[in-house]
This record gives sequence, C-alpha cells and structure tokens, in this order.
Amino acid sequence: MVVGMSHAATIHVGKTHAFKSIHSAIAKANAGDTILVHSGLYQEGNINIDKRLTLIGIDHPVIDGKKEYEPISIRVEGVTVKGFTIQNSGHSSMNDIAGIKIYNTNNVTITDNILDDNFFGIYAQESRNCHIENNRLRAYGKAEHFVGNGIHAWKSDSITIVGNEIMGHRDGIYLEFVTHTEVDSNLSQNNLRYGLHFMFSHDNSYLYNTFTSNGAGVAVMYTDRVRMEHNVFNENWGDSAYGLLLKDIRDSHIQHNVFAKNTTAIYMEGSNRIQMLDNRFENNGWAIKIFSSCMNNTLSRNSFIQNTFDIATNGGRMTNRFEENYWDKYEGYDLDKDGIGDVPHHPVSLFSILVERYPSMMLLFRSFMVTLFDRSEKLIPSLTPEHLKDDKPLMKSAII
Amino acid sequence: MSKKIIKYVITDLLRNRTVLLYTLVLLALSLGVFLMEDNIDKGIASMLNIVLFVVPLVSIVFSTIYLYNSSEFIGLLVSQPLKRQSIWLSIAVGLGVMMAFAFFVGIGVPTLIFAYSASGLMLIVAGLLLSVIFVSLAMWTAVYIRDKSKGIGLAIILWLYFALIFDAILLFLLFQFADYPIENIMVAISMLNPIDISRILVLLEIDLSAMMGYTGAIFRDFFGTGGGMFVTLGVMLLWFAVPLWLSNRYFKKKDL
Repeated sequence: MVVGMSHAATIHVGKTHAFKSIHSAIAKANAGDTILVHSGLYQEGNINIDKRLTLIGIDHPVIDGKKEYEPISIRVEGVTVKGFTIQNSGHSSMNDIAGIKIYNTNNVTITDNILDDNFFGIYAQESRNCHIENNRLRAYGKAEHFVGNGIHAWKSDSITIVGNEIMGHRDGIYLEFVTHTEVDSNLSQNNLRYGLHFMFSHDNSYLYNTFTSNGAGVAVMYTDRVRMEHNVFNENWGDSAYGLLLKDIRDSHIQHNVFAKNTTAIYMEGSNRIQMLDNRFENNGWAIKIFSSCMNNTLSRNSFIQNTFDIATNGGRMTNRFEENYWDKYEGYDLDKDGIGDVPHHPVSLFSILVERYPSMMLLFRSFMVTLFDRSEKLIPSLTPEHLKDDKPLMKSAII
Repeated sequence: MSKKIIKYVITDLLRNRTVLLYTLVLLALSLGVFLMEDNIDKGIASMLNIVLFVVPLVSIVFSTIYLYNSSEFIGLLVSQPLKRQSIWLSIAVGLGVMMAFAFFVGIGVPTLIFAYSASGLMLIVAGLLLSVIFVSLAMWTAVYIRDKSKGIGLAIILWLYFALIFDAILLFLLFQFADYPIENIMVAISMLNPIDISRILVLLEIDLSAMMGYTGAIFRDFFGTGGGMFVTLGVMLLWFAVPLWLSNRYFKKKDL
C-alpha cells in the first residue's frame, strides 16, 4: 500500500495541458493517481471511474451531462471527487440517473461540488463508508415525477452526509435500508416533497440539520433507534405537510429540536418508546398530533409556545407520558414555588377535538362562544381524554 | 354635511368623561397585555378578545345614549335652515371619528409600538372598522325607537346578537350540516356579522399555520386573496353604510 502511494502521479487535465479530456486522463492513470482538472467545460458523456483515483477540480470545472448522460459513475472503492460543478444529467423514468452515482463500493468521498439541474443529485447504492460533504445541490423540478432526490442512498451502511445544501429536488435527503449513518448540519429547503425521507434505516443520527419550506416537511417511517437532535423544522405549510411525520418509529430520541410555523409540527402514528425531550414548539398550527396507536412514549421538558393547538389526539387510552413540559396555555399556580405547577395541565382542548371531527369549526376559532365551551369543558371534562395530562407542568420554559 | 356640527360634536365628545374613561381603560388593557406578553402574536390574541367584545359594546351603547341625550340639540338644529340629511350625517361623522379616535389612542398606538406586525395592523384595521360600524348601528337604533330605555335595550340586544348569539347559531348550523360541503356557505354566512369578519381576518394572521390546513385553506383562499380581501372590505363598508343610510332615510321623514 505504502509503496503504491509513493508511485502516485498527478495528472493535469485542461485546455493548456497534455490531457484535454477527463476520459483520456482516466484511461492513462494508474490506481492511486490524482487527476487535477482545470476550469473549463467538459462534455464527455458518461465519465466512468473504474480505478482508485482522486479527481480534484480547480475553480469548479463544469462537467455537463447534456441532459442525456450520467455525468459521473463511480464503481471502485477509494475514489474522491472534489470541487466540480456537475450539471444537466439525463432524466429517465426507467433508471435512476444521478449527477454522481456510486455503484456497490466503499470509501468514496464526494466533497465541495456544485450539482445543478440533475435528475438525482448524489446517489449511493449498496455502498459503505462513503463521505458526502459540503456539496450544493439544486434542481428546478416543477412536479414530483420530473425530478429525483437530492442525496439518495439505498441499501448502504455508514454513510456520512455533512454540511450539504439541497434545494428544489423531490426529496432533499432520501435513505432506504441505510444503517449507521450520520446526517449532520445539512440544509434542505424548498424541495417538492420531503426535506428528509427515510425508511427501514436503523441506527442513524440526524443532527443540526435545517428543514425549511419543503412541500410536505419531513417524513420518517418503519425505523428503529433513530437520534434526531438539534434540528430545525420550519414553515412546512399545507394540509398534508408535517414538520416531522413519524410512522412506525421505535426506540428513538428526538431532542433539542425546534419546530416553528408548521401546520402540524409532529404527527405520530404507530410509534413507540420514543423519548421526546427538550424540544421547542412555537407558532405551529398543531404542535403534536399523537394517535392512540402510539404507546409508551415520553414527552418531557418540551416547550409549547403560541401554538394554535398543543396536542390533538383521536382519543382512547393513552400510555404516553407527558411530564415537566412548559405549556404557555397552562393556567395553574405554583404555591410552593418549586417551579412546577400544583395542578395538572390537560393539553387537549375541547375545540381541538371538535376541529378534528368537523374541520369547518376552524371558522369559529377564538369566538367567545367557543372559549366558553372550552372553559366549561376544563371544569367538567367529558369529551377530552382525562388521562392525557401533564402532572408536573413547568411554570417557566426550560429552554431559553 | 356641516363642518360646524362635526366640530361641535367632536369637541363635545372630547370633553365627555365616558369617552376619556373608555380610552384610558383600553390603554391600560393594551399596555398591560403587551408589557406582560413577550410573544407578539400571543399579545394580539389577547387583544383580539377586547377588540371583538368591548369595542362594539361601547361603540353602540355609548353612541345610542349620546344620541338620546342630544335629542334636544338635534331638535334645535332641525329648526335652523339646515338640511336634515346634513345634520344627521354630521353627527354620525363626529361620533364615528371620536369612537375610532378613542380606539386608536387606546389600542392602536400601543399595538403599533409593541406589536408592529401584519397581525397588529390587521387588528387595528378591524377595530377601527368595528368602531364606526357600531356607531352606524347606534344611529339606526336611536332614530327608529323614540323611547330611550327601549332604544338602549335594543342596542344591547344587537350587540349580544353579533357578539354571541350569531356564533351560537353558526355553531348549531355547523353541527347540523357537518356532513355536507358547507365551507363556502359558512364563509358567506359569516359575512353577515362584522365581528366574525374581523375575527377571521385577525385569525388568518395569528393562527396562520393552522389555517393553512385543509379547511383553513378554503377560508384562506377567500380571505387571503386580493379579490376576497376586496369583497371583505366592501362588506365591512356596507355594514357601515347601510344602517346609516336607513337611519338617514328615516330621520328625514321623522316627526321630531
């Protein structure tokens, strides 16, 4: 290995250099070589990297797929692609053509690229230990079926996706059967469908990401042991848009996230044993819609501020624990001054139940009649679930 | 209209203790709310109840009482070579301007200072319109009913109807016809109540996220668009103009 490295050569590609095309440079290169591509426009159809090479673009040379080809395909391990502008990949409804596609291999690094108007952006299939960092992806899809996902991984393991910016794709980040993966500090914005979408992707963590104004927010399904921390979910507006949709998620941590201005911040269905701690819900339509198919979840130390409705549920018996949250709608008192309210808080209002049943009721919200109903229900609960309550509501928000 | 009469009504109302008290109470309420609440939209939501409840009540009851108390003054004016329409409209303008002014000082200014936002501006517009609309309703009440106590009673009943009973009827209809696509009809019916129109307009600002949901979208499609806004504003102006026009028509023929 060390001997091989010492023989590594550096090959220059560019108008004023020996190699005019990337194709010819790859054909000449030996495994372990570095190819430096100088700025210019390279329209070479599909560039297939079948040797262990490092490709580095200087001043973002443009690799153009002419809306026909897959600009870069990587089929061997240890390849690095850095500093390119990759644009105009082909579109297809049969194959998943991507700006950069990684085929069944390991240890690929893709950093600092700009991907513009590709079908899929960066696509990894059956790959391990790949590193996707600091890329900027942009597509201009008008409808979901005309555009692919930004960063798409399928049947992969140990991928790190860090600091990328994804806009205008179908799903910003899409993971299916991807395990032990870290998604960190990405920005996923204005994508047509979901900002982040994963299924059957166990043991992954999502930290410090921002998901803003995506068509339907973030949807995650059928997954165990997820960590979602310090993310921001905001401005996901629409009837079927959710800040975060959890469907069949188990044993997961959702902590220190901020949910702001979503129609529904969190929608939970069939999700069990989730620890939802220290999150902040602000200016949402519904902070949490939790269905009775959710069991043994713990919601603690969250802050609910100026949401139209804090909790909505389809009723039934609840085995979820609400404890030590801050509710700005709490009207109790704290006589012993320990910072915890002396009477329990029932976060489900009568009106939120009525709106679930008769959506047109929204027209009467904040009307005096409705406030009157809510008050009388608070005194004598009959329709609202009695067990759904916070026995130790905080007097002050735990999060600043 | 006569500038002199308008001026007289305004100066008379400026010295009126009730108007001063009304302004100060509004001011105290809004300062209290805004100084205690750090979230702007939450403050606006609290103010909304005052605007929808107190402002119409005071506007209609105070204006009715004022009109009955000025009946001798009105009788005197009528004996002068002045057109009755001009007298009546001048009094209406004077009253409307003063009630709107009191609202603006009491709630408008604090809102502009502490909660300058789209929702704040909408609250102010709604409050100003409600002030003049309920003055206009008071004009109608006072001119139709000769007896003072009955007139004030009618004013209070009108207020009760718009503030409470109307919503109860709407709620009843909603439950009865929940299985039918009634959203558009509901929007149309809500146009029959200026308080409801104001409430929905402010709602669309402070509960925007929830209103973006399915049914909300229907309301938003109507109230949120330029055309819908135009219609809404038109309806609010009708609520001001029609009672005033009716009262004026009656006043011209009335045997004082």
